Amino acid sequence: MAEVTFLEALRQGLWEEMERDERVFILGEDVGLYGGAFKVTDGFSKRFGESRVIDTPISEAAIVGAAAGAAHMGLRPVAEMQFIDFISCAYDMLTNYVATARYRAGLGTPMVVRGPCGGYVRGGPFHSQNPEAAFLHTPGLKIVYPATVRDAKGLIKASIRDEDPVLYLEHKWLYRRIKEQLPEGEEILTPIGQARLAREGKDLSIITYGATLWKSLEAADQLAQQDGVSVEVLDLRTLLPMDDAAIVSTVKKTNKALIVHEDTRTGGIAGEIAARINEQAFEWLDGPIMRVTAHDVPIPYAPTLEDFVLPQTDDIVKAARWLAKY
Amino acid sequence: MPSGGAAGAAGAALPRDQLLEIYYYLRLTRTLEERLVALYRQTKVIGGLFRSLGQEGESVASAYALERGRNKDILSPLIRNLGSMLVMGAQPVEILRQYMAKAESPTRGRELNVHFNDLEKGYLGQISHLGDMIPVMAGIALTFKMRREPRVGLVYIGDGGTSTGTFHEGLNFAAVQRLPLVVIGEYNHWAYSTPPEKQFAVKDLAEKAKGYGVPAVTVDGNDVFAVYEATKFAVDRARRGKGVHFIEVKTYRRKGHAEHDDQHYVPKEDLDRWATENDPVDRYRQRILAAHVVTQADVTAIDDRVRVEVDQATDACVNEPLPDAESALPGVYVEPPAADKLWFKAL
Repeated sequence: MAEVTFLEALRQGLWEEMERDERVFILGEDVGLYGGAFKVTDGFSKRFGESRVIDTPISEAAIVGAAAGAAHMGLRPVAEMQFIDFISCAYDMLTNYVATARYRAGLGTPMVVRGPCGGYVRGGPFHSQNPEAAFLHTPGLKIVYPATVRDAKGLIKASIRDEDPVLYLEHKWLYRRIKEQLPEGEEILTPIGQARLAREGKDLSIITYGATLWKSLEAADQLAQQDGVSVEVLDLRTLLPMDDAAIVSTVKKTNKALIVHEDTRTGGIAGEIAARINEQAFEWLDGPIMRVTAHDVPIPYAPTLEDFVLPQTDDIVKAARWLAKY
Repeated sequence: MPSGGAAGAAGAALPRDQLLEIYYYLRLTRTLEERLVALYRQTKVIGGLFRSLGQEGESVASAYALERGRNKDILSPLIRNLGSMLVMGAQPVEILRQYMAKAESPTRGRELNVHFNDLEKGYLGQISHLGDMIPVMAGIALTFKMRREPRVGLVYIGDGGTSTGTFHEGLNFAAVQRLPLVVIGEYNHWAYSTPPEKQFAVKDLAEKAKGYGVPAVTVDGNDVFAVYEATKFAVDRARRGKGVHFIEVKTYRRKGHAEHDDQHYVPKEDLDRWATENDPVDRYRQRILAAHVVTQADVTAIDDRVRVEVDQATDACVNEPLPDAESALPGVYVEPPAADKLWFKAL
């Protein structure tokens, strides 16, 4: 066992897949000799050569488009967005070209688009985004969003091995903040499409993913200690396809659902989850399905502003307490 | 208008069977489209119908310069490159089924017209978002380069399409990577109803390519030999590892954007002039006959053969069924294998 960070686990996963399968290659901005803006691909160019770790122009659409072409030909590209905020520049390529390819034309496009997302890091409007809702609406894409060190590794490996295009979202606040003991020499693969029960409880379910998993777990601890409320926490891990069974199962158990995500509220994933609970577990509900999300504003820079806009542990505690009493 | 010049003369040196094969594809393209017009008027074509009238020459000639066969070169056609697809081995019956949305069509009724592919034969169907195929074909050419395969990619872009961001990103990426990619810029004077002077401020599309360090030439797009020679030069060069090449073909779109479009915005005298003086199929036929390499009987035999083939292809599929409704659900992913059928369908 060795203690590794989220970032190191991701790096290990990429490295192992590059070693295992020569079809895997990386392309993106500054990923080569520089090793990536966050050093996720540090040392890759030296080990695997410039033909498998390709520095590209600042051209997100070309990065994603070229990855798609290579994927059609049997390669396994991993395209890095330097910050995931810039994925909007490749939105057309991902949603119109890549996501539809199998359905409309029978074209396999096994590729991963990954990049650092999320706030709490004073990144301002263009280095803090969570773009998952913009892509949730796209049949043909898969979206994974690991919250733990183990899943950072297990999901990047599973994404690279998947036969379809996967958007892998990695929260930069977690990169070096969380650590975990990972076994050495053991293959870690996290199945795509399966949520994980992060904490068992009986009074209320928090359904979440990404950085807010940790804030939700903190909130659950506080509620247990201060209120004697037993909170169950579900870590979705994959957002598309969504693990309906796990969501319905926890709601049927606790009869109350609080959905927590860092992304803004309107059109956010919480709305979709609420709709599914309504359709599949309406009779089991003992209270309204509630949401804790970011406010509907671009993510601001100043600590006072960002802390107010993004959901905090204290917000989750208050919301869960309110719902528990309902 | 720039001509193929000496290169065109060299093209005329193609052996007789190849000259006739080129004529076959030109004639097949035109006759197949004429059949599609008839089917469109009978409302058997489900969606729009897009003609390549006047552009058959550059389509066939550029594709003909590629190495064809299983797992050789790959091209990505646009809506007016039916001829290119036929050269690469797409079958008339596949085109007819696509337009009529038949269950047995290459995309099983999911996509329209020439939007389909066969990567082994060497064509990758476009999507409607112009420019997107440039980065995708750059990715295919990147694969050739990474695997050290002596293969070449070829991609078409219209005059209007060169205004898109993906065109520029893709061309620049391919240039930086020195990819084996040939780009055919089709200057056909109309992007739907928009003329070139509202599309860009340069005179020739070739100027845009030169801005990315890509060698570029402008040729007479209705001179089959000129297009063939220019493409052959570029393809050979790309195959030798010399990188991207851009060929601008000056041509003219002689029908509306699609069959519904009466092209009232196009000057009639221009249409008449291009039709009577500069039809690529007429020019090609006259040239091969004048060179005394082929006879009128050879040409007539091909015309007859094409007519029979198009008749047979039509008969083979015109009465076929549309796809079953629920076949809409599978195949978005490998896993899960099918989208959920929604609850109200069971009520």
